[in-house]
Amino acid sequence: MTSCSEMRRLPLHAIAHGRAGDKGNVSNVSLVAYRPEAYKFLATNVTADKVHKLYAHLGASGVTRYDLPLLSAFNFVIDDVLDGGVNASRSIDRHGKTLSYILLGRFIIDMPIDLIPDSSPYLDPDFRWQKY
Amino acid sequence: MTERVFIAGGAGFSGDRFDAAVPLVAHLASCDGARYLIFEVLAERTIALAQISKTVDPDLGYSPYLEAYLRPVLEQIKMHHIKVVSNMGAANPLAAAKHINKLAGELGLPPFRIAVLSGDDLSTYLDEQTLLEAPTMEGNQLSGRDLKAANVYLGGDAVANALAMDVDFVLVGRTTDSALVLGPLLHEFGWANDDWDKLAAGTICGHLLECGAQVTGAYFADPGFKDVPALAEVGFPVAEVYESGDFIITKPEQTGGCVTSATVTEQLLYEMHDPTCYVVPDVCADVSGLYLTEDGIDRILVRGIKGSPRPEQLKATVCVDGGFMAEAELSYAGMNSLARAKLAADIVLERMQKSGFNGEIRRDIIGAFSVLDGGDASASQANNLPFDGDYRVRLSLISADHKTAQTLCDELQHLYCSGPAAGGGYRSSVTPQMASASILLNRTLIEPHIAVEVVDR
Repeated sequence: MTSCSEMRRLPLHAIAHGRAGDKGNVSNVSLVAYRPEAYKFLATNVTADKVHKLYAHLGASGVTRYDLPLLSAFNFVIDDVLDGGVNASRSIDRHGKTLSYILLGRFIIDMPIDLIPDSSPYLDPDFRWQKY
Repeated sequence: MTERVFIAGGAGFSGDRFDAAVPLVAHLASCDGARYLIFEVLAERTIALAQISKTVDPDLGYSPYLEAYLRPVLEQIKMHHIKVVSNMGAANPLAAAKHINKLAGELGLPPFRIAVLSGDDLSTYLDEQTLLEAPTMEGNQLSGRDLKAANVYLGGDAVANALAMDVDFVLVGRTTDSALVLGPLLHEFGWANDDWDKLAAGTICGHLLECGAQVTGAYFADPGFKDVPALAEVGFPVAEVYESGDFIITKPEQTGGCVTSATVTEQLLYEMHDPTCYVVPDVCADVSGLYLTEDGIDRILVRGIKGSPRPEQLKATVCVDGGFMAEAELSYAGMNSLARAKLAADIVLERMQKSGFNGEIRRDIIGAFSVLDGGDASASQANNLPFDGDYRVRLSLISADHKTAQTLCDELQHLYCSGPAAGGGYRSSVTPQMASASILLNRTLIEPHIAVEVVDR
């Protein structure tokens, strides 16, 4: 990463995408960099501990991160986060299919703007991504 | 020897699009090689529900959507010699097979030769106590509860053995989803049962096809950030598999969606834990060295999958009675709506407690804190919500008895007249639940019971 790149405070949604899957009471959330150049930045900053904190309010008891550099991707396996799993949960979303957007939307960090894909609305300094 | 096998994924869950297979069958008809169409329609709890229908009527217990999926394509399947592998047999593949040939008759087609695979239903050869007392992988206790279903996940080897009976269709109950794809590959290529790298490649190919359009741009679109063309007509996936185990994921021309490295990567990791050890009955697959290459528009070549020996134990899902779930909702909107919604929830919680209920009630306020917040207001990041927002209270609980579940719904309904100002749009449901757990069984206990029956009329 060149040190001269402009930094901006944005959610991971600006540079990565992902999907959540369920197995029992465990959710796995993938995080895939839009640009391979973002892989190292994500590897350094998006630690299992930080991800655990984002899901702690749902009961997450632990997070394991698996790295897939050839795919510019990570797999976060989050234990005990689904209120017992699809057959026991009282959530509207019993599979936890929406949970990928916790990682994408609530992990907010200063990032070099050259990791953002060319067509992204996040490149517009006036783009209002904050909810409130 | 077969050079290339074409396998299309016609459905990814029990309620998937009924017309999705039409373009797939047209595409397969133009392919030069062995052609297969799979339908994966069996979730964990679906088989338990099917088992219950079968107890009520021995001719039921298979997918209620069997005709919806097959009627639009059955004639073309016959004409182009496309083989079908599906778990739409659920708890009663034999009855499903008969239904298919009845449908064929209605359409003026000769009967199909259909292989029916059995051996997954543990209740037919293991006693209830053994199943309920086996240690569960989740650590929960099942003993003392009413057993609804117990099915072991069979592998691609069992599906391949069924295909060896020279059939047009294979109907299974419970197999791993990817076995619907690995089975045809084992049958066509004759891969050895210890050629771990190839077994792993076939398994991952199945993993990518088993959720239908989730690999071809569906479940992916994020407008403005991840755009996907023509999702209303999304094309379902087709894999072109080589004997080496390398394969291409694509979709029929003139369909919507897209196949890119991004769509394939998201689906690859979907429901996966350790990428170096994705365990199925046939093999342990390692995708840590997997890499993707573009091979033209909407064509992604998948290579680099490794495998290691299969597990000695097979996983089974045991389903028991899980009581009842209550869900009840009521809307509040306009000035001070969040406070009115919270008051509504508090009133019901207070009355439930006074009625003697001391279990847990989940409270969501949709529009303020819900699926991402665990329904817990204090954990919500929404600390500055609109004063005049549009909010919906949702209360839910699971109880062993129906009465408690119904009481929660009734208490929220009472707020129509007896609650805060202007609550509207009450809806509720009380639904029977199935609790489930996974157990591991030695394959020597299972394998003698795996059998194939051929239905040809």
